[in-house]
Amino acid sequence: MTELSAHLPQFQHGQLTENFPDNHLSNANDTNERRRHDNSERRRNDNPESETNGQPQNNIQQVVEQDEEDEELTLKYGAKHVIMLFVPVTLCMVVVVATIKSVSFYTRKDGQLIYTPFTEETETVGQRALNSILNAAIMISVIIVMTILLVVLYKYRCYKVIHGWLIISSLLLLFFFSFIYLGEVFKTYNVAMDYITVALIIWNFGVVGMICIHWKGPLRLQQAYLIMISALMALVFIKYLPEWTAWLILAVISVYDLVAVLCPKGPLRMLVEMAQERNETLFPALIYSSTMIWLVNMAEEDPEAQRKASKNSTYDKQAPANQTQNEDAEADDGGFSQEWQQQRDNRIGPIESTPELRAAVQALPSNSQTSEDPEERGVKLGLGDFIFYSVLVGKASATANGDWNTTLACFVAILIGLCLTLLLLAIFKKALPALPISITFGLVFYFATDNLVQPFMDQLAFHQFYI
Amino acid sequence: AFFWLVSLLLASLIWFVSVHLSDREDSKLQYGLLIFGAAVSVLLQEAFRFAYFKLLKKADEGLATLSEDGRSPISLRQMAYVSGLSFGIISGVFSVINILADSIGPGVVGIHGDSPYYFITSAFLTMALVLLHTFWGVIFFNACEKRRYGCLGLVVASHLLTSGLTFLNPWYEASLVPIFIITLGTGVWAFVTAGGSRHNILKCLSCK
Repeated sequence: MTELSAHLPQFQHGQLTENFPDNHLSNANDTNERRRHDNSERRRNDNPESETNGQPQNNIQQVVEQDEEDEELTLKYGAKHVIMLFVPVTLCMVVVVATIKSVSFYTRKDGQLIYTPFTEETETVGQRALNSILNAAIMISVIIVMTILLVVLYKYRCYKVIHGWLIISSLLLLFFFSFIYLGEVFKTYNVAMDYITVALIIWNFGVVGMICIHWKGPLRLQQAYLIMISALMALVFIKYLPEWTAWLILAVISVYDLVAVLCPKGPLRMLVEMAQERNETLFPALIYSSTMIWLVNMAEEDPEAQRKASKNSTYDKQAPANQTQNEDAEADDGGFSQEWQQQRDNRIGPIESTPELRAAVQALPSNSQTSEDPEERGVKLGLGDFIFYSVLVGKASATANGDWNTTLACFVAILIGLCLTLLLLAIFKKALPALPISITFGLVFYFATDNLVQPFMDQLAFHQFYI
Repeated sequence: AFFWLVSLLLASLIWFVSVHLSDREDSKLQYGLLIFGAAVSVLLQEAFRFAYFKLLKKADEGLATLSEDGRSPISLRQMAYVSGLSFGIISGVFSVINILADSIGPGVVGIHGDSPYYFITSAFLTMALVLLHTFWGVIFFNACEKRRYGCLGLVVASHLLTSGLTFLNPWYEASLVPIFIITLGTGVWAFVTAGGSRHNILKCLSCK
């Protein structure tokens, strides 16, 4: 989140760069989110096992018993979480591919973003390669600068700036880009439409979106809106990034992601740690979360009671022991508190520094850090992840000769990458970047399928051979 | 699906390399290379199915040790079915989706003298292939589990045979009919392997 905050200032530049910042936001977001971590089981698991366990009072016996149970639950819920993430990622990709295939606007070259000033319509291959490398370098440096700006802003607590940025960016996405999208869809299907109807539709869409994302709303609706804005962003990227630049950017971003999240001095990691120290809320609108019911009480002792409480709890019911934190959270925004708690909870798993906070709050022996009901713990994934996955699949469907084969291969590769990442997350219980593995698989499969498999399948289909 | 894709990738790599190393103009050679490529691909697919089996077995053991009653939540049969089905789906989709996409567009089937039944036979063949992969998955996993390598060899051989029969296209009588017979046979075999029997069917149909 902190990362998110950092990116927010970008929006204030108020140019076309908004596309970017949003992306960065999500990106940052994502990296943050990678720390998705969910399972209270995992946490419980962590607690006994990790040295950084902030609750030294855990009973060893309970720990051992819980261990096995936890691991099993971890795996079971791990699988569930994988599925919970597959559906939105798939939906986003499906929307992007469907749009690319039908609306020709997004495959037409209408210029480039100011972040990629070098054109790729050059005469020699070498020149084109050089231009695309320069473009990618500019883009990445913009992202790095923005991330550092975010860290700085967050460090000096400029929350208003961050909030404002976030709101402006989502306003832009929800109104302007969806207006363009709707217009292009109407053009493609030759639907006659008057401005008044369009104004009404866009206005309603936008306002409901703003409310859902930044405040409270039904979970499904919020998820749907997040998927839609990710798809819109991905479409913008697909349209405005020239080919080689796009592939290079994808590759470099996954490397950057790896570095930024895992290195001790990486900006994203610093942001996360700062956020944890301050025990602060996350910014919504940049994270996709699969559950909303926040369980709450981190300070209760009895896991059973906690679980029961959590089963029925909504963000309203919060344990008294947690009052201070809750108040703090609710002071911001009702919607924030849920996400914050979720996020905090998520982060507790992978980054075991929050146990100290909780230990301080609880000051009681407790073997469960959260009272969350396992089923209700959700997974969080940053929107930037969605965006980049969709960019990869969208570009594959737009510019491949193997067409659907390539698109499908990239899709499968990304999903498998996501699975592997979640598996690693379950094993390492640390914040992990979600982009590298999936994007690597996706890129490998794209180039391999486009160049190797496609001619083979083509020949086979020509003779109607089946393998 | 991922494993099937990887096997396809490797097979096409081999084919691609062989095509590039050979004479482009000689169409008979190209045809032969294509057949060679297809055969290699079949063998690779089966090899990857085996690799996937090993992976699932390991995962299964892991799950079993972690669960409360020592049994994994997913039975090996279910895994076999799912793996076969996913191999079938991805193989079918890869075979047919470009054809489907083209079939929407304007055009005449077989205008250059090829068979006008291209689309419909493709559809049937793909269906047969998907079903076959599912059945092969079930039989394969069962054979690996019980170490009946004869069954394993039969599965690979029938895959090769099916693929080979498609080389007889567009002589559809010779290719479609035997393939369907093989599909039915393999289906019955898979059903029996999975533990079904006439008794089970009757019970299922009668007790609603």
